[in-house]
Amino acid sequence: MINKYSKHELVAIYLGLACLLVFLLAPFAEAFFVSLRRLEDVFQVPYSLLSENMGVEAYVTMWTSVPNLLRYILNSFFIALSVTLLALLCIVPAAYAFARFEFRMRDGFLTAFLAINMIGAAVLIIPLYRLMMATGLLNTYFAMIIPGAAFCVPTGILLLRTYFLRIPRDLEEAAYVDGASRVLTMRRIILPLAMPGIVVVAITTFVTAYAQQFLFALTFNAIDDFAPLPVGLFKFFGQQHVAWNELMAASIVGTLPVLLVFFFLQRYLVAGLTSGAVKE
Amino acid sequence: MKSAGAFPYLLLVPALVLTLVIVAYPLADTVRLSFTDASLRPSYDYVGLENYADIFGGDFTVVMLRTFLWVLLAVVLKVGIGLYAAVLLNAAIPGQKLARILSMLPWIIPVAIGAFIWKWMYNGQFGMISGVGQRLGLLDGPLEFLAHRNSSFVATVLTDVWVGVPMVALFLLAAMQSIPKDLYEAAWTDGASRLYRFRRITLPLLKPSLATITLLCVIWSLNSFDIIWILTEGGPRDATTTMIVDTYKTAISRYRYGEGAARAIAILVCVSVVAGVYFSLAARRAPRESGK
Repeated sequence: MINKYSKHELVAIYLGLACLLVFLLAPFAEAFFVSLRRLEDVFQVPYSLLSENMGVEAYVTMWTSVPNLLRYILNSFFIALSVTLLALLCIVPAAYAFARFEFRMRDGFLTAFLAINMIGAAVLIIPLYRLMMATGLLNTYFAMIIPGAAFCVPTGILLLRTYFLRIPRDLEEAAYVDGASRVLTMRRIILPLAMPGIVVVAITTFVTAYAQQFLFALTFNAIDDFAPLPVGLFKFFGQQHVAWNELMAASIVGTLPVLLVFFFLQRYLVAGLTSGAVKE
Repeated sequence: MKSAGAFPYLLLVPALVLTLVIVAYPLADTVRLSFTDASLRPSYDYVGLENYADIFGGDFTVVMLRTFLWVLLAVVLKVGIGLYAAVLLNAAIPGQKLARILSMLPWIIPVAIGAFIWKWMYNGQFGMISGVGQRLGLLDGPLEFLAHRNSSFVATVLTDVWVGVPMVALFLLAAMQSIPKDLYEAAWTDGASRLYRFRRITLPLLKPSLATITLLCVIWSLNSFDIIWILTEGGPRDATTTMIVDTYKTAISRYRYGEGAARAIAILVCVSVVAGVYFSLAARRAPRESGK
């Protein structure tokens, strides 16, 4: 068989995978074991992953030493969810338009969205800051949600468009022939058919929105109550003594929501990404 | 399909409104601001090309050069390790699925949280890297990675690579799976070795995807802000101040919007040049590919 590996090859592959996974996962192991240390064992010399008397102390004490922790985590979740919903509202109709209709300037619009993908959010931070100030959105959730969504839209459109392209046109045609309106066709036929693709885009948007809530929140929001987890925890570094065990514990707990989303839905995600990316 | 009329434009409205407000208008405003001396004061004047003259006459050339090195190092490592990872994750072996899921983790968690963890790992006294380095005899004593110019430069790059590798690997993995299986089977029947098949089938067919992902990596690394800001805030003594960090410091920390805007435009020009080169190469390649 073509896929049969020799013993040497198998050893080489597993060795390579082990090196790769050590590089990619060592930080997780480190964070996990530091979070299990007691405060007096955090700064230990010589270095060792383990230490004596490990326990879940930090997971208990962090809630009192970071009074707003739960709030940060909920903020992160709320912001990511809002970004996803707002982005989907823009992505789904636009992706459908690009996939199904011929219209003037279509390629122009598509190229424009592609180009936006290349502009880093930080490049536009000055006028965005002034815009948020002028509209009174500074220090509100909106200042984090609206720009967050805008920078997720182009990728979403490109991804979902390839998905729409793979859905056969016959069903829509049949509906039109039967006299259904465009909106009705979209609601009753297109959206249900496209649901797996929409779910994939929703997950990627959510993960991205959860992963990237640092810059906008750091710049546009000075109110601690509204801070998402990364910014809430960033303030730790200003303090004299960082309680690293609590910081790591809080990072782990705060990452759990997005990890859970990922683990339950990764099958669709990986399948969708791989099939979507192939098309281009 | 019957004529669509205004319907497709209606579908585009939400996306267009959001994009115009959050991207197009700020983009135009950045260009305009770059010709002014805008700061926190409510009024400002147009100063012509002064901001541009300032950045190119001053330290900014050093920053650009440093950014170039930083991006080069990050992209080479990201694409190199990513390709290697894709090959490994493509191997049909037991445990493949688990390895794929696990290798995605750095991409899933918030970038900032990843940077927090790395910040701890770079700690010279108590961190993992210095600690393991000493145990293995690679380091003589504690090395405070983020306190020295060269090591902090490499350290920020390495964290950027760590975040980027999963996406590169996934993208290339997808491209590999789109290569028709019969090509491999034919080569296999002819007795071609695995390495030969990789060099003669996988690599050539992967070229367009490799080009695309390299472009994306260049752009991601050029725009990489969170990691550097959390690890070093551009220090020590500017050793990790890339163009984007410099722009942020100028505009947001020092409230010099005009000068910051000129720096932002310089970044956009770099991004456009990279993208322009890529697309002209892609356009040159396209006729040949559609011809076969």
